[in-house]
Amino acid sequence: MLRILQFLYSLRAFLLFVILEVIAIWLIVSNNSPQGAAFFNSSNALSGSVLNTQSEVLGFFSLGEMNEKLLDQNTALMTQLELLNPATDSINLKLDSALEASLEFKGARVISQTLRFAQNHLTINKGEKDGVKVGMGIFNQEGVVGRIKSVSKNYAVGISLLNTELLVSSKIKSSDVYGSINWDGNDSKYAKLLYVPRHVQAQVGDTIVTSGYNAIFPEGIHIGIIQDIERRDDQNYLNITVELTTDFSRVNYVYLVENLAFEELDSLYNNAEVNNEY
Amino acid sequence: MNIRSLISFLAFAILIILAQILLLKNLALFGVAFGFLYVMVILDLPISIKPIPLLLIGFGLGLFIDVFYDTTGMHAASATLLGFIRPHWLKLVSPTGGYDDNNKPNLREMGLSWYITYALPLVLAYTLVFFLVDTWGTGNLLEAFNKGFFSTIFTVALAILVQLLFFKRRRGI
Repeated sequence: MLRILQFLYSLRAFLLFVILEVIAIWLIVSNNSPQGAAFFNSSNALSGSVLNTQSEVLGFFSLGEMNEKLLDQNTALMTQLELLNPATDSINLKLDSALEASLEFKGARVISQTLRFAQNHLTINKGEKDGVKVGMGIFNQEGVVGRIKSVSKNYAVGISLLNTELLVSSKIKSSDVYGSINWDGNDSKYAKLLYVPRHVQAQVGDTIVTSGYNAIFPEGIHIGIIQDIERRDDQNYLNITVELTTDFSRVNYVYLVENLAFEELDSLYNNAEVNNEY
Repeated sequence: MNIRSLISFLAFAILIILAQILLLKNLALFGVAFGFLYVMVILDLPISIKPIPLLLIGFGLGLFIDVFYDTTGMHAASATLLGFIRPHWLKLVSPTGGYDDNNKPNLREMGLSWYITYALPLVLAYTLVFFLVDTWGTGNLLEAFNKGFFSTIFTVALAILVQLLFFKRRRGI
């Protein structure tokens, strides 16, 4: 018995090494699930405030450009509002109340993000106290950015579209053909559109938008433009490369969208044992 | 290590870590060369340090960097490995006659060629583990080796540059 203890004691450095590596691997694996709380990430108070200060200082230098972008978007929204604003006459009937205001939008600033790893994340300066919840969609005026993964009191961490774990339900706008956008981990400008059957007549230049099926994003938020279509004889699906409309190197301000019907839909999917992608 | 050198080492470590999380985090030369300058803190610990504190420092430091990178566990795993192989590698690259009692494994005391033979393989092991974990499951092995290789060169070059610029020279290098 003493021999065994002595033997183990002589190996103590190696044993500690193995234990620490196992802890690290456990952290990696538990952090890799696209949903769920993670403690050791940049949404905690210390790193959040450091990153927030840094982004405030750096943000000062891009204020002009930001203002121009916001102005452009305001103009577009005003045009849209003009079209939607109904004239006050009896022909405009009120729709079913179940369809009303099922979406809620919030604005936030990105305080930290990575874009050159295979699993990229971003941190925003809004958290639980601003009503941010796990599972909200993140987008900006250019297109889809990602999805909230974990939330602390003041900050939240989102998993970026540039993360091989994230699938976004999407469709080809012109033909309404459904597929899933997934990043392949290579170039931050391109992603793949998966599960589009071979018989579909897609064209280079077609726009890809969110489908509205996954209850995270509303229908019609831009994702990208088809850049290349490859048809292989031995595969059931087309190999479609999509050029992303979001410029991830310059994501500063983002919108968060919450589907108020999410919980109801989610429990419905669970009951029906449907695997919904996020 | 006396109190004075301990304090100056801590100050140096904090500066390097701040540079890592505020500047180098946002930098990737040509999209492949990442600078993991903070491993310098582990590399520069005194030669006489015991393996167990070294492992714990590696793990803790890696986890701290992970928090800012949102790469939970990845830096911790790689830095622990770095801490584990450092004593063995130091034994292998010891100069004839062994180390002096107060030798520190840095450029100033050991010279450029020794420093490169010491740092390059250790940093290579670090970056390879990091990028293999990062691209795990995506099948981009080539990409991981590519990033690991160039990040190693960039990191070691940065480490040498920092030591040339900010460390007082004792002998000619």
